[in-house]
Amino acid sequence: MTFELFVFYLFAAIMVFAAARVISARNPVHSAMFLVLTFFTCSAIWLLLEAEFLAITLVLVYVGAVMVLFLFVVMMLDVNVEPLREGFVKYLPVGLLVGAIMLVEMVFLLTQRYFKAEQFPIPARSSADAMSNTESLGRLLYSEYLFQFEIAAIILLVAIVAAIALTMRRRPLTKYQTPSEQVGTRKEERLRVVQMPSEKRS
Amino acid sequence: MITLSHYLALGALLFCLSVVGIFLNRKNVIILLMCIELMLLSVNMNFVAFSYFLGDGAGQIFVFFILTVAAAEAAIGLAILVVLFRNRSTINVADLDALKG
Repeated sequence: MTFELFVFYLFAAIMVFAAARVISARNPVHSAMFLVLTFFTCSAIWLLLEAEFLAITLVLVYVGAVMVLFLFVVMMLDVNVEPLREGFVKYLPVGLLVGAIMLVEMVFLLTQRYFKAEQFPIPARSSADAMSNTESLGRLLYSEYLFQFEIAAIILLVAIVAAIALTMRRRPLTKYQTPSEQVGTRKEERLRVVQMPSEKRS
Repeated sequence: MITLSHYLALGALLFCLSVVGIFLNRKNVIILLMCIELMLLSVNMNFVAFSYFLGDGAGQIFVFFILTVAAAEAAIGLAILVVLFRNRSTINVADLDALKG
């Protein structure tokens, strides 16, 4: 067993364990933390596949942003977990059965039978002088996939607008400023010129 | 050596785990969202593996777009979840029957 294979099996074992804990943990916060562990080990496995840019992106975007959002929501909502857990044991056998059948089918299709190692030879490791993964990805993204890239940007913009519009609420008791009225004010509304006789100096 | 089948089997295992998770936690919306993230991750694993073994960068571009869409989906899903909790004080899927005919 080569060192590479050892690293792969190690990270795969951690990943499967963490994924199993995500779906079985009692506390949603624990689930979220184990999902973070899953993403970390997955990015390590992607490093084995020479997808450096995506591995770093996975850590930055998923662990740094999406999972923090998840944790934020889980901790903000005061959820009573116990009623949500009922039916866990009841559906455990059928869930495991469906999962096992799916796994057997998938492994039957995806392993050596149809994806033979001779058909997909292991590529040689790229040398340090070659174009980096980030550069080759960037060249592809900004030339061939430019239009799709723009659409992805628009999707993100729409997501921002939708998320803010969904969660923003106006409380009736809170006092707000109305900038248009503040700007549109005139001198007469604020200033009163009073005429009065001057006092004689005594 | 690590062949393509290793990565595909790992992705399949991850996908099946997330399907089982959807079966088991069918009342907790937060865990359901996490299971969907896990599913997308397993699909991404297959994309990256094929991209490496075929020497084609398009697979990694696809993963890039899937990450984008998944981030947008998580943001909107959690926003809906917050609004839901604010209005109904529960995130139990069984209680969300306001649209029942």
